[in-house]
Amino acid sequence: MPDNSISNPKKRLSLRKQDERIAWLLLAPSLLVIILVTVWPIIYSFILSFFVAPIGINQIRTFVWLQNYIGIFKDPAFWETINRTLYFTVASVTLNLILGLAIAQLIHSHPWGWKFIRFSLIIPWAVPTIVNGAMWRWIYNGDFGALNGALMQFGFIKHYVPWLTLPSLAMPLVILADTWHTMPLIALILQAALAGIPEELDEAAAVDGANAWQRFWKIRLPLLRPALLVALIIRTVEAFRVFDIVYIITSGGPASSTITMTFLTYLYSFPYGKQGTGAALSFIISVVIMLLALVYIRLLYRPEEN
Amino acid sequence: MKNYRKIFRKLILFLFTVPVILFIYSPIIWLFLASLSTQVELFSIPPHWIPQHPTFQNYLDIFFPSQAASSVPRTFAVSLLNSIKIASTVTVICIVLGSLAAYALVRIPFKYNRHIQISILATRMIPEISLILPLFIVASSLRLINKPILLVITYLSFSLPYAIWLMVAFFQTVPIELEEAARLDGCSRLGILFRVVMPISIPGLISTTMFIFLVAWDEFFFALIFTSTLAAKTAPVAIAEFVGRFAVNITGMMAGGFLAAVPPVLVALIFQRYIVSGLTAGSVKG
Repeated sequence: MPDNSISNPKKRLSLRKQDERIAWLLLAPSLLVIILVTVWPIIYSFILSFFVAPIGINQIRTFVWLQNYIGIFKDPAFWETINRTLYFTVASVTLNLILGLAIAQLIHSHPWGWKFIRFSLIIPWAVPTIVNGAMWRWIYNGDFGALNGALMQFGFIKHYVPWLTLPSLAMPLVILADTWHTMPLIALILQAALAGIPEELDEAAAVDGANAWQRFWKIRLPLLRPALLVALIIRTVEAFRVFDIVYIITSGGPASSTITMTFLTYLYSFPYGKQGTGAALSFIISVVIMLLALVYIRLLYRPEEN
Repeated sequence: MKNYRKIFRKLILFLFTVPVILFIYSPIIWLFLASLSTQVELFSIPPHWIPQHPTFQNYLDIFFPSQAASSVPRTFAVSLLNSIKIASTVTVICIVLGSLAAYALVRIPFKYNRHIQISILATRMIPEISLILPLFIVASSLRLINKPILLVITYLSFSLPYAIWLMVAFFQTVPIELEEAARLDGCSRLGILFRVVMPISIPGLISTTMFIFLVAWDEFFFALIFTSTLAAKTAPVAIAEFVGRFAVNITGMMAGGFLAAVPPVLVALIFQRYIVSGLTAGSVKG
């Protein structure tokens, strides 16, 4: 009888044990890879952050206790970098969420060509980050760029502006370029969430005399809260660790005005050759990311799901 | 009266639609037009928006380089090929290892199941910069720098947790009754995975394949640090080099950029209906 195994408690127990063995067997290759390429490097990074050593193979390392961390916290450039990273993160996430929500709502209102917008959003999302950066770098180019060309033809400027050499403008321009690439994902997530809201709710509110504005703020927005929170955290993590687009558009310039945390860590780790400081900075980044991850996990695995 | 209001509403909405479409398309169209231009046309003030003498020379330089072409376009085709090889290998490994792990996490209850799920979710968020120094030190002493295999291994650090996470979400949607029926018929765990769960999860597998290919194709930081020769240099690194050392070759950079954007954009457009399911499964679970 095939269902013997289920009715017989003794056999069921052994089946459970067998199951557990199978589970570990199936997980083993993945866990091994993950431990090798993420868990172990983080631990090793933490150890490296207590040493001073030039970059390279078999260099002699000197144990310096917390010297690297003290050096970092005493350096005003570090605090400027923290401020800059916060500026990038807050501005980029805000812009992403507002634009993403607006576009999601626009698609949801089904204007002419709403399917075309939804289709089009996939393109900037799929364009590689480096291609996106190279493209915008050329658009912003001070001598021949498209931004200058267009603004001049419409009569907004009389002379070409060297956009990326202006410290106050470089960061906003990087954020705009980054938004073109990252916002579509947020718009698509929020649009899917909007489509999942039962239409009866909206119709009932309309019958009760709520106008479109009220229906958006009082009905759709509260129901979008879970999706918005997830989008917020995903974008915050991504923005906090931004590197590629900064590297390609400004390389941290002009006058360090676009050096973010990851970029500073990269500079210490490789071009400056200060491995210990690089490791300490990277560990600080890991801690911040892990804190954000904790918030995210709390959101996804709510107690009632257990 | 009601009809007027409807048309008025449509017109207002259209006023918002146009700038959105323009914002999405103008940079990418300009990238394409610039790649068809000659340097002379591109460097005119204001620029010739539509090139008067469109040319495919920039693309020809990449695929059929003449002796006159500078070294960057000449080597770009090789880096594109590297990108294809590396991204595909990473994708295959992720699907094979990831589906086994995800199945165990979804369907087999064991002591540390939840802890492992949460740890995998957390490792997915760790930035590459936090891993780079130890990986660099070990790779140097094992003489793996400039080898494609190093990029494949290190890319698993972000792609494998991502793949497991996506597949966990997809496997959860497979009705457990189906599996129970198969078990009663005497099907083993692995048999269930390959004969019941995988076939039903094909849309999820396609979606995962696409996402992993895209993130592997997009990767820049590891490739920047780990490769400097043609043996393993990927397309993003090659494009960054157009910008850095050969700032004059803007049209070549635009052609290279367009070529590097074609595979991911095509993949995303072909499988677009799987994107939203992937997004909702992978990120908006709560």
